[in-house]
Amino acid sequence: MSKDMVLEKSNLIKVLQSEQKKEGYISDAAIERIAKEFDLPVVEVEGVVSFYTQFKRVPPGKYQIMVCDGTACHIIGSTLILNWLTDELGIKDGETDEEGLFSLESVACLGCCSLAPVISINGKVYGKLDRKKLLKIVADYRKKEAAGS
Amino acid sequence: MIKRIKVGMASCGIAAGAGEVLELLQEMAGDNKVVEVGCIGHCYAEPLVEVETDSGSYIYENVQAKEKDLQKLLEVEDFSRFQPHPPRVEKERELITSLAGKIVPTSLEEYRAHQGYDGLERAKEMEPEEIVEEVKKSKLRGRGGGGFPAGLKWSFLLAKESENKVLICNADEGDPGAFMDRTLMESLPHQVLEGMLIGAKATGARQLFIYCRAEYPLAVKNLNIAIEQIEKEGLNIIDGEPVEVKVKEGAGAFVCGEETALIHSLEGKRGTPRFRPPYPTDYGFHGYPSAINNVESFANIPLIVRDGGEKFAETGTENSTGTKLFALAGDLKYSGLVEVPMGISIGEVVYDIGGADPGSVKAVQIGGPSGGCIPAEHFDTPIDYDSLTSLGAIMGSGGLIVIGNNRCMVETARYFLEFTTRESCGKCTFCRIGTKRMLETLERITGGVGSPEDVELLGDLGQKIIHGSLCGLGQTAPNPVLSTLKYFNNEYLAHVEEGYCAAMECKALVDVFIDRDTCIECGQCIKNCPVDCISEDYVIDNEVCTRCNSCIEVCPVDAIARVAKGGEVSVGN
Repeated sequence: MSKDMVLEKSNLIKVLQSEQKKEGYISDAAIERIAKEFDLPVVEVEGVVSFYTQFKRVPPGKYQIMVCDGTACHIIGSTLILNWLTDELGIKDGETDEEGLFSLESVACLGCCSLAPVISINGKVYGKLDRKKLLKIVADYRKKEAAGS
Repeated sequence: MIKRIKVGMASCGIAAGAGEVLELLQEMAGDNKVVEVGCIGHCYAEPLVEVETDSGSYIYENVQAKEKDLQKLLEVEDFSRFQPHPPRVEKERELITSLAGKIVPTSLEEYRAHQGYDGLERAKEMEPEEIVEEVKKSKLRGRGGGGFPAGLKWSFLLAKESENKVLICNADEGDPGAFMDRTLMESLPHQVLEGMLIGAKATGARQLFIYCRAEYPLAVKNLNIAIEQIEKEGLNIIDGEPVEVKVKEGAGAFVCGEETALIHSLEGKRGTPRFRPPYPTDYGFHGYPSAINNVESFANIPLIVRDGGEKFAETGTENSTGTKLFALAGDLKYSGLVEVPMGISIGEVVYDIGGADPGSVKAVQIGGPSGGCIPAEHFDTPIDYDSLTSLGAIMGSGGLIVIGNNRCMVETARYFLEFTTRESCGKCTFCRIGTKRMLETLERITGGVGSPEDVELLGDLGQKIIHGSLCGLGQTAPNPVLSTLKYFNNEYLAHVEEGYCAAMECKALVDVFIDRDTCIECGQCIKNCPVDCISEDYVIDNEVCTRCNSCIEVCPVDAIARVAKGGEVSVGN
């Protein structure tokens, strides 16, 4: 972290964002460290972290699945998409699986409404999903992982 | 001969596969120049590629990253040509988006070649009061949803004397289902910046912020490139001194669209709103007088200053001038971004531009979680601030979702309440607890245990939340419920009195049934059921079934369907 970022309190969110980008989440230790750097009470930093949905307090999986629950996706069946993923992966919204391979999260809107329903995996968007397509995508990631290890 | 090839590389294009198309095209194009442009608004036809030749321009739709297809495209063959459907061409009025998808977003040169920064040059020759007067004459109203006159807001900031004044662009587009601001920032970052710099000249602000959703990485990237370019060219020098322009990324909180919450977030704090007055123009960012305008409002400013406020006011209606961008999605044929003159009817947008089938549409949802549902019988209503408000909806930022006959309106209302409950910052009791109680009540109704009193309770709670909340989030949160109560009361009553959801959407009110006459006993449903609730003789145990629709999706002969719980059974028709 650069010095000038620390000086200005309005950069707190920015610093937390770069921490999350680096580590994938905000750990307790990171909160304490950042609080010290900004000369703020820990509780105040924790308060900011818990306020914004972007900040995660648990390590994400290697593949982060985001299920879009924007209006367009919702009315076309994003609830079913989330259920199918929960069944397939054995994890609920907001959880990471035991192997740390997949994490699942429903988000407000990915902004690809014309492709509804959509999910994104590590930022790559998959659209116009049905159950078959969805399960194939997950299977492909598993295959890729098995081939790699 | 090909002059150059343009690939639509806005977020929606990339999601549809434009990145792969671009990569392959660059390999295959040889000496032909391939460039990345923004979005022309026809999301349903993405990925879109435009081939500019000596004899005109040809747009190709649904382009796939296949060598065979791209070869045809490089030979400018007549295949998969994109033609916007005529009613849309006739009704659309592209004023602020006229350059979107046509120029390279991060090319200052190209923007300038199309009258870009002419408005700023003109503004630099004008007195601040003259610019404010011009904006007042245009009658431009805030495009973020509130509809406050932009010229008036600027006059407040201009009147302030302070060592520092701040102008903020609200780009925290949080409505699920809305992407107007994203498109503007991705495709026309210079136009947004030009509007802001004109604002700096008009109000005396010397510190400019763009508060952008972190979920819009491409918008942030393009804006930052554009800022670097204007700083290099000295376009940000107003009255002899450089104006500071910074992009600040939000961190995901819907309430930060509210101006006092946004300022708190800019200061690095929790984004909670505060009581007004003092208004931000009196006490804003770090106490300095600040004005906040929406992205789309800023994108309108260059046109107003360049062509004059009166000319601008010729488009639209008496009290709602200019055009409005809408993000069209839902149950319709042509989804995407569309710019229409204010005063156009809802029906024209839904049926003519969106290509929705008139028989199949039940309502539109305008304005996202703060807006309301307007039933099809009111589709002749003109789209302007006042008409929409009188129907119980709001203009909002411009999300317009078409809802088909096969959707449940109670569930739709529940969905929005779930969103606002989650996003309520918790400061005001009525918003924090009221929305939660409303959500629980709606869950009782969709869960099949609601009573007629619950329906009454919703109406009562709604009014109290509106009056007991400090900011726009709470004040508008009940709108989706109140508007559906008003126009679709029969659906609420069917749920609580007959336990019947006509759309077969509410899980607790449906069973899943296999029609043995149609069934071919292929075993797919049994194999795919995640809870093993289908017996070997193809009977579903509805006590165990989670209504996940897996069997319905895999059935090759459509023999399985949701049916009303305890009602008559009919499948497949």
